[in-house]
Amino acid sequence: MLTGFFFELRAGGLKVSITEFLTLLELLKQREISFDVEQFYYLSRACLVKDESLYDRFDRVFSAHFKGIEDLFTPDNAEIPDEWLRKQIELGLSEEEKAQIEAMGGWEKLMETLKQRLQEQTERHQGGSKWIGTGGTSPFGAYGYNPEGIRIGQEGSRQRRAVKVWDKREFKNLDDSLELGTRNMKVALRRLRRFARQGAAEELDLPDTIDSTAKNAGFLDLKMVPERHNATKVLLFLDVGGSMDDHVRVCEELFSAASSEFKHLEYFYFHNCVYEGLWKDNRRRHGVRTPTMDVLHKYPADYKLILVGDATMSPYEIQHPGGSVEHWNEESGATWMKRLLNNYPKAIWLNPEPMQRWPYTPSIQMLAQLMEDRMYPLTVAGLEQGMRKLL
Amino acid sequence: MSDLRFSGTDRYVATEDLTTAVNAAVTLGRPILIKGEPGTGKTQLAEEIARGLKRPLLQWHVKSTTKAQQGLYEYDAVARLRDSQLGDERVHDIANYIVKGPMWEAFEQDTQPVLLIDEIDKADIEFPNDLLRELDRMEFYVYETHQTIVAKHRPIIVITSNNEKELPDAFLRRCFFHYIRFPDKETMIDIVDVHYPGLKKELLSEALNAFYELRETPGLKKKPSTSELLDWLKLLLAEDIPLEALASGDRRKALPPMHGALLKNEQDVHLFERLIFLHQRNNR
Repeated sequence: MLTGFFFELRAGGLKVSITEFLTLLELLKQREISFDVEQFYYLSRACLVKDESLYDRFDRVFSAHFKGIEDLFTPDNAEIPDEWLRKQIELGLSEEEKAQIEAMGGWEKLMETLKQRLQEQTERHQGGSKWIGTGGTSPFGAYGYNPEGIRIGQEGSRQRRAVKVWDKREFKNLDDSLELGTRNMKVALRRLRRFARQGAAEELDLPDTIDSTAKNAGFLDLKMVPERHNATKVLLFLDVGGSMDDHVRVCEELFSAASSEFKHLEYFYFHNCVYEGLWKDNRRRHGVRTPTMDVLHKYPADYKLILVGDATMSPYEIQHPGGSVEHWNEESGATWMKRLLNNYPKAIWLNPEPMQRWPYTPSIQMLAQLMEDRMYPLTVAGLEQGMRKLL
Repeated sequence: MSDLRFSGTDRYVATEDLTTAVNAAVTLGRPILIKGEPGTGKTQLAEEIARGLKRPLLQWHVKSTTKAQQGLYEYDAVARLRDSQLGDERVHDIANYIVKGPMWEAFEQDTQPVLLIDEIDKADIEFPNDLLRELDRMEFYVYETHQTIVAKHRPIIVITSNNEKELPDAFLRRCFFHYIRFPDKETMIDIVDVHYPGLKKELLSEALNAFYELRETPGLKKKPSTSELLDWLKLLLAEDIPLEALASGDRRKALPPMHGALLKNEQDVHLFERLIFLHQRNNR
């Protein structure tokens, strides 16, 4: 039963390893938990899932795999007909056992005892030899040692409540195919971190100190080095206005995550496609513009370029001079894009539009082609792929 | 079944999923990795496990500059060099310059200790990888003195992470994992009850309503957490805020009293004020 569960988890996209699975089995062998579906759920989750964004996937597989099984021991006690119970028992009993039951007073007596006990018992029970519960030797209950005892859900229907724990799928919004918050973005952006030593010398450089102390005939000569800092330089171009209004929030989040993550972050705004002018302040976009050429000259090629935009526009705006919706552009957007990419070999385009819609928008196709397929959706997964490309 | 069972303490409410994970880690002597929103009691968990199981607690707070080696031991070469120049007798024994780290301390305890490795994600990306063998076998080798340190008792290791860096798979495979979910209202009542036993029922339910409404306000940059709620309640109690001020009916009409304890960001306060303003205008 559990091996099947293991393979279903792997088929469900969870990278569960054999050692983790063996750990779970070892815990079960050590009787870490009683036979209780809810506890088993928690235990297996702690053993097998190591990322809260995968909790939802785990819940789905767990729910699918254990659906039939947990139903088996949660029928409603009050509604079990005697005949059905009798059949269940008869099925698995040897002649000898049947004789034992006869000794207890026969079927009628047994059923009566069962009913009586059902009434007497008000609490959850496990182990022991009389009460109905789990893991005991009474003929009534689940997983008992009495051969094929009657399977009955416990009073208080603990399992039923437990089922809800995974069927609720509370971790749904943590699945990483969803759009993201600042914190998640920071995590993704951190992939770009590159440490380098810059600035004032304030850390002890041990190898150098030993070296120069030795040269100094054994007299201590301390050497210091500068602390390590994140030296990644990022140039961020953001599309604003028009169709980007729907994505303001996610762009804001990306921006605030990026600005706290990189010491060298320069940002500029553009509209739809990059042309000869960019601006830093949206309120004065028509007044104060920075020529794109100046940007290209000012920031050297070791800057990593991240373009953020939905790339949704008329193909004219990319292909033809004068295609821009805002002004007359002497050169086409495609020319400017090529110029940018020539200058910054490390560049990606992040697109907040859902990826499913990309094939239906010609301008997205064109820009993705211009970017040599370095266009990624603005989700945690997309951001991570993109960051890997930028390294 | 191990006789050690953790089930929360008189000042820490542990949900069933959390105790299951912790007890599994205790039984097998494997580390447990705890993640969750800030302020949900990740660090406190280690203290409470130590208290609940009556075990000594050792803490190792990780910073961005922490190296894995520092948790085991450090060789103070500079001190030895200095001593050699001053002609100190200590210089002849290298063991004098080995400074034990928290993991070494934990391995040497006579009873099974609880070791907290706090905020492991703050350290360098290679940090968890450097601890793989130590966490797995609970032993390490000291090169300077040629001795192998083996744990007398496998410590209960609690590792917390704020998700700032991804941890390597090989490391995760050796840990149990638990994500502390933000508590629902019933659990929250239990938690508050543990911290402020005498709190008036009405005040509590009003305050919790206000708190959850605030948490559900869309667009907040930082949602208030459990520890912030507890601070806020403390303030409310200290200032003796009358019940009416909290129960002024519609939360959207005014900021809750002492909101500074809950909203830590002026943009959030502005957002909230704007919402109140909009609401009042709509009502007119």
